[in-house]
Amino acid sequence: MAIDILMPALSPTMEQGKLAKWLKKEGDQVKPGDVLAEIETDKATMEVEAIDEGVLAKILVSDGTDNVAVNTPIAILAGEGEDVSAAASSAKAPAAPAPEAQPAPTPDMEREGMADRPSADSIPGTDAKPVAEPASPYVIQNRTAHDAMAEIPEGTEMVSMTVREALRDAMAEEMRKDDSVFVMGEEVAEYQGAYKVTQGLLQEFGAKRVIDTPITEHGFAGVGVGAAFTGLRPIVEFMTFNFAMQAIDQIINSAAKTLYMSGGQLGAPIVFRGPNGAAARVGAQHSHDYAAWYSNVPGLKVVAPYTASDAKGLLKSAIRDPNPIVFLENEILYGQSFPVPKLDDFTVPIGKARIHRQGKDVTIVSFSIGMTYALKAAQELEKEGIDAEVIDLRTIRPMDTDTIVASVMKTGRCVTVEEGFPQSGVGAEIVTRIMENAFDYLDAPVIRVTGKDVPMPYAANLEKLALPNVAEVVQAAKAVCYR
Amino acid sequence: MAVAARKAGRAGAGAANKTTSTKGSTRGAALNSPQFDKNQDLTAYNDMLLIRRFEEKSGQMYGMGLIGGFCHLYIGQEAVVVGMQMATKEGDQVITGYRDHGHMLACGMDAKGVMAELTGRRGGLSKGKGGSMHMFSKEKHFYGGHGIVGAQVSLGTGIAFANHYRENGNVCLTYFGDGAANQGQVYESFNMAQLWKLPVVYVIENNRYAMGTAVSRASAQTDFSKRGVSFGIPGEQVDGMDIRAVYAAGQRAIEHARSGKGPYILEMQTYRYRGHSMSDPAKYRTKDEVTRMREEHDPIEQVRRRLLESWKLSEDELKAIDSRVREIVNEAAEFATHDPEPDPSELYTDILL
Repeated sequence: MAIDILMPALSPTMEQGKLAKWLKKEGDQVKPGDVLAEIETDKATMEVEAIDEGVLAKILVSDGTDNVAVNTPIAILAGEGEDVSAAASSAKAPAAPAPEAQPAPTPDMEREGMADRPSADSIPGTDAKPVAEPASPYVIQNRTAHDAMAEIPEGTEMVSMTVREALRDAMAEEMRKDDSVFVMGEEVAEYQGAYKVTQGLLQEFGAKRVIDTPITEHGFAGVGVGAAFTGLRPIVEFMTFNFAMQAIDQIINSAAKTLYMSGGQLGAPIVFRGPNGAAARVGAQHSHDYAAWYSNVPGLKVVAPYTASDAKGLLKSAIRDPNPIVFLENEILYGQSFPVPKLDDFTVPIGKARIHRQGKDVTIVSFSIGMTYALKAAQELEKEGIDAEVIDLRTIRPMDTDTIVASVMKTGRCVTVEEGFPQSGVGAEIVTRIMENAFDYLDAPVIRVTGKDVPMPYAANLEKLALPNVAEVVQAAKAVCYR
Repeated sequence: MAVAARKAGRAGAGAANKTTSTKGSTRGAALNSPQFDKNQDLTAYNDMLLIRRFEEKSGQMYGMGLIGGFCHLYIGQEAVVVGMQMATKEGDQVITGYRDHGHMLACGMDAKGVMAELTGRRGGLSKGKGGSMHMFSKEKHFYGGHGIVGAQVSLGTGIAFANHYRENGNVCLTYFGDGAANQGQVYESFNMAQLWKLPVVYVIENNRYAMGTAVSRASAQTDFSKRGVSFGIPGEQVDGMDIRAVYAAGQRAIEHARSGKGPYILEMQTYRYRGHSMSDPAKYRTKDEVTRMREEHDPIEQVRRRLLESWKLSEDELKAIDSRVREIVNEAAEFATHDPEPDPSELYTDILL
């Protein structure tokens, strides 16, 4: 019985990778544990080991192929005594990737960031298509005042970039400009970042400015704040914000409060950044969304971008900001591509929401990965004749109340979307601000769509239930529209 | 003074005070205290007396209801910060916990500003927004003033990190108590400081009680100079009641840190005469113990005796110093009593830059 060898996943969030090199050739005898091939993603490199014994009958995906979807058959193994050539020819036609044959889509403002969280039923299988790299430049045209890209001058060339690359570029650009900026955290230097966000920084800036720390969040967060008190501008990376719980005392008691307690003498120009919230199948201790927690604290600014363009522009602003900034990234979004303006020094102001999609019937307010649900829901709603306006908060604190209120005054209806817990969540805050500022304009009570009020479960089906989904957003939007 | 005379005959016989003991230390201190010249003794006397009188006045003002909330007095521990400060050079930084009034005065911060902060007035060093635990001065290189036990240890390590990053040759003196010495982040900081050879001196002020808990009831290793052993950080136990011993140890430690060899630990064996805070009746120790420490080991009396006996100052000359110090303290108290409270508009300032 011939066995398909499938493209493995290095992590629960990996969707595709490069088949870097075959270490066995067709006809080779293979034992369990033999290394068959090396695969790479933008995050890591891994060896593919044989699980079964047999002969490598046919290699389906050749060396150096990019963007091979997880679970794509990459080779066929003939069992003991099996006719190798028969095994090879009887195998079903492989979904051999041919990236060069795929049309390179132009990045599209409306469709940007449509990639979804890989869930149990969406893991690419036999019908999986490799994702091609978007290539051709996109140029901003016909921008209106409320356009999604209001910060970007008309005529700016756009290049496609992942959120990961955008964050890296933001740090690199600021480090080139200012010697007092440095990065510290676990695995940020030699390993190139646990999520490869700091890739290449060590090579460019050296070990003095790209500093691997021991696994001591509480300690190195305090070291960062102390350095910031003297006027240096540390970027402290947490491997995830879940681990920043160890350090939250230094973030809140030392970084956020000292300016006030010193009567304005001693501030901490520091950025705490890293992935926040749920990835996929990582359980309760690695999936908490802390946006609401940090947004509760005066003396902090809390930023949570969705697009690569915002990630870059906001991180640059955060590094320059004289205040402590909690910069919440999202692991799922790291690999997603968006158009980013090709400008020498592109920044996005902290504290300004943006209208990602204009509409007149209902306002959907979200941020970070919540935007994926919001935007998909808006598309669904359009089919049903509901024209949704989607606001990306981008900054959670200070919250851009004006943009939300102006939109609600126009639509009269609002739905909030976040992956965090419902009680005292960001949605609860938005609801309050609407109550305080636009109560008379509301035609329906605001509905919150949030993560469920449970620790994040591991089981794929339960995890899916615990997170918000597009259907819930659609349903909420229809409910506030009385449809 | 009678007390001083008795002390002369019983020097070093204090209950748990190991004087300049080298026992258990990873680096030996001189057995005999190094000598001070007349000017050093005068400086020591003046600076310690200022702290003593300031703290006594703070206690009174607390009793009068002029100071609210927290007020942790430094009385008894004066030799530690004054001796260390004498061993620093301009640019070296200081950071400590919340028993911090002495450190601020020793750094040269204005007594009026400190006292007005204690009373929560607009002329306070933090404009009345910080209180006893939270004052800072970039100009005097004083980085607080921190209320979370042990937090200043990571922060001080970060200040030393910045010195190292800037290669400015400065050393950060990071003070904490025997209580904070059991916090986890202290050891996270020790590890990084030694790993990166940061110019930091950890000054552990062992006043024998973490609030109401005696060292022996809270610490498995009561020799705090050994707390850096597993990181290879040298440490010494120092008689923190003898300013000459403090100064000499401070010089060794600071030189070690400044020369790029990394952190150094000084366990200052000291004693606080007052309770942990104003609300502490100090039932966890005997009156006898306190009296014995005051009578036999008082850091100020030691210097006073030298000034009288070795340097032949007259009682009148000492009285002149005393009255100058009292004048500074009284002026500070006067200012802190009559300075207005912050303007209500200050509520919403200094949150963000």
